[in-house]
Amino acid sequence: MIVAVASGKGGTGKTLIATNLFALLSKASYNVNLADCDAEEPNSLIFFKSTKESASEVRQMLPLFEPEACTYCGKCEEYCNYNAIFLLPEKRIFRLIEDLCHGCGACTYACKFDALKETEISLGEVGMYRVNSKSKLVEGRLRVGALTPVPVIKETIKASLDSEIVILDAPPGTSCPFIHTISKADYVLLVTEPTPFGLNDLKLSIQIVRQMEKPFSVIINRAGLGSDDVYKYLKKEKIKISMELQFDKEIAMIYSSGKLVIESRADIYQKFVKLSESIIHN
Amino acid sequence: MKVAITSTGNSTDAVLDSRFGRCSWFIIYDTELKSTEFIPNPNIDSIEGAGIASARLIASKGAEKVISGEFGAKVKGVFDSLNIKLIVIKEENKTIKDIIKLFQK
Repeated sequence: MIVAVASGKGGTGKTLIATNLFALLSKASYNVNLADCDAEEPNSLIFFKSTKESASEVRQMLPLFEPEACTYCGKCEEYCNYNAIFLLPEKRIFRLIEDLCHGCGACTYACKFDALKETEISLGEVGMYRVNSKSKLVEGRLRVGALTPVPVIKETIKASLDSEIVILDAPPGTSCPFIHTISKADYVLLVTEPTPFGLNDLKLSIQIVRQMEKPFSVIINRAGLGSDDVYKYLKKEKIKISMELQFDKEIAMIYSSGKLVIESRADIYQKFVKLSESIIHN
Repeated sequence: MKVAITSTGNSTDAVLDSRFGRCSWFIIYDTELKSTEFIPNPNIDSIEGAGIASARLIASKGAEKVISGEFGAKVKGVFDSLNIKLIVIKEENKTIKDIIKLFQK
């Protein structure tokens, strides 16, 4: 079973939920993996003592320009859907805008003069970390400056699937990285907070999750802050709240010192037990 | 010399379009001939790389200077390598006519 922990708004507590849920299940002797899909700033690893087992590079194809062979016919530019090729035939200028290149290979296919060869660049790394005999953490880490984390997320998820339960710590936002992560999930936990921003972004993510026909429920973090608008909305939409965590300075302090909240707070531990039961028996 | 100006409309009474890659119109002003050419921007709906596609259009027209409200990093790199100068105008509601006047002095 693959469970994605996601949210529209950043900073609502995805990693808090994902890491504590993972720790709980892993201690309960489940075969469970955690995939940190927030490849632009992965941080789930901070919460666990682990040993790095292996790492693999995620690569993307990139065309390599051979000026001597080029006739400046313009076919490559015509085939490029992403405006990654800047060509001025009259001045014999060819520029590849690497940041726009998706590595699709259309330009090398289009070129009949062998002026575009294939090369590869690194997009990032997928690291495998052993947490205990039955569980590992798979971390996707994007190279700084790379255009999109999606290929790294794809490989991260792929490397985490060899387990009974897989928890995906999703990237924030509601664009491609978020969509790609939840597209692999059997169940989605949407984490929100009862603030106007939290509600606005929750609505956006619910729209997408519904369109993708994924079963989901909502976790309200920092309950007691803001207003009850989120509760009214969820009631009206008949959406299940699977857990509420109160706004509590101590939780924030435990989290920000890199520790697991379930280890020092029995009340929170109980909440995660209930949450895990409701997901596993869903 | 040819100067490209991003415009919100197809007349010199229109105001400067503050975006480069996705502006509504490009106006190519020839400082010697004192002529203007209006080109609707074909890249408005590009999913990605509107700036690069627009830069190509401007460069193929032979412009040596480009005037807009702002330029993205990718576009700046390309224009720099082609020795095309970028001029940023931040004043709102500046008309194309006003901008052309600056080149007639």
